[in-house]
Amino acid sequence: MNTAATYNDKVVRQFTIMVVVWGIVGMLVGVFIAAQLIWPALNFDLPFLSYARLRPLHTNAVIFAFGGSALIGTSYYVVQRTCHVRLAFQKLAAFTFWGWMAVIVLAAITLPLGITQSKEYAELEWPIDLLIAVVWVAYAIVFFGTIVKRRVKHIYVANWFYGAFIITIAVLHIFNNLAVPVTLTKSYTIYTGVVDAMVQWWYGHNAVGFFLTAGFLGMMYYFVPKQAGRPVYSYRLSVVHFWSLIAVYMWAGPHHLHYTSLPDWAQTLGMVFSIVLLAPSWGGMINGIMTLSGAWHKLRSDPILKFMIVSLSFYGMSTFEGPMMSIKTVNALSHYTDWTIGHVHSGALGWVAMMTIGTLYCLIPRLYNREGMYSTKLIDVHFWTSTIGVVLYAVALWVAGITQGLMWRAVNEDGTLTYSFVESLKATYPYYGLRLVGGLLFFSGMIIMAYNVWKTISDRKPVPVAVLDPA
Amino acid sequence: MDIDLIRSILTAVIFVAFIGIWVWAWGKGRKKDFERSAALPLEDDTVINNEREKL
Repeated sequence: MNTAATYNDKVVRQFTIMVVVWGIVGMLVGVFIAAQLIWPALNFDLPFLSYARLRPLHTNAVIFAFGGSALIGTSYYVVQRTCHVRLAFQKLAAFTFWGWMAVIVLAAITLPLGITQSKEYAELEWPIDLLIAVVWVAYAIVFFGTIVKRRVKHIYVANWFYGAFIITIAVLHIFNNLAVPVTLTKSYTIYTGVVDAMVQWWYGHNAVGFFLTAGFLGMMYYFVPKQAGRPVYSYRLSVVHFWSLIAVYMWAGPHHLHYTSLPDWAQTLGMVFSIVLLAPSWGGMINGIMTLSGAWHKLRSDPILKFMIVSLSFYGMSTFEGPMMSIKTVNALSHYTDWTIGHVHSGALGWVAMMTIGTLYCLIPRLYNREGMYSTKLIDVHFWTSTIGVVLYAVALWVAGITQGLMWRAVNEDGTLTYSFVESLKATYPYYGLRLVGGLLFFSGMIIMAYNVWKTISDRKPVPVAVLDPA
Repeated sequence: MDIDLIRSILTAVIFVAFIGIWVWAWGKGRKKDFERSAALPLEDDTVINNEREKL
């Protein structure tokens, strides 16, 4: 058979299966370190099990292994379907899969060993950073190469979001990781002082904006209409959504550095842009949710759509919460407390993970030539464990964070602090317990998913899918 | 030219471009193209060799 006439779904299948695997690994580490916060003895006095080394392992695993595999895999699927061509450069595409897996394995080895650049979400040392850069450039060549040879005139909006994600992450990664290597496992960043901090949070916030937002919006713009069986609510709005989101996100980073030695005007600038971000964020959320308008009844019977709509609801909530927390006076209370961690997780679990899970349930049967997943009932069970898990997690850390913030700022009449730090820690304990329960629930949902996926694909031989002629 | 003047001009240009994107997206000529694009995710795969197996 002429392979040019079929889609390259092999690489999509590889990434898709690894999303489930890395999701379980990353969330298991998360659950473990959540338990360590309650029972510190769980580090067993072993350096590689200490919280400080496992925490970056958790964040790297869930963001780059779980989220990254989901983004690369689905982007390969979407770009082929919406461009009506086979993926460009087959060998390079295979390299992106094996290269990305190599990065993840190297991260899983070096982070517990304590080899780190000490930059949040950019901990990996320079040899791994170089590998990431090479894999990422290869990914860009495959993705944009496919767009170049497309057989439809217009580039579907999902590809615009995926494309922005690919370009921006390349720029962010390269500039934030510029460093002078000393040995194979040690380097020093070329930036100093407050410039280093600003570059780091320019990177850090745009990793949220382009990795965890733009990329997943690409996923949303293809898979929500696909699963709902209806075109996106407003294509015009999606165009404005795209340009306003990418124009504004880039400037919001300074809100991570409120009340630091960063110049005051830069802090205020970051705050203003963060507040403006509410508009494009909610435009996108409304566009996604309203895609179901006229077909709301589908929510009753389709747990995959429930995943997607609840995901968009969490997107709306966390993109309201984020701008609010970026206001300096609110930030004075929330910063350095567990509220921030709660906010991140309502975005990462509620929006990113639930959109990914819904997409995977939509995608996997198509990749393995089936009408649907093995069990719809189990998808529904997964939906409820995840939803209850995120809500418990977020609520626990809201209360914990606000408690911490209020206790830390309380002063007596003579100006001394009302509470010692350890008193605020003691007050936090019950909420750490609740957070662990929430995390465990979300994690157990992933186990249910793994079983459902296994039963769906274990006895299947995938068949090639013909490239569709443009309408 | 003063750097602040250049910055001000740039801000104005970007603002006009943003308005331009709205006008372009809501333009009459776009409607048909956009409808065709919006239909892209709804296309179904054609499976070669055998039919999609039912559960």
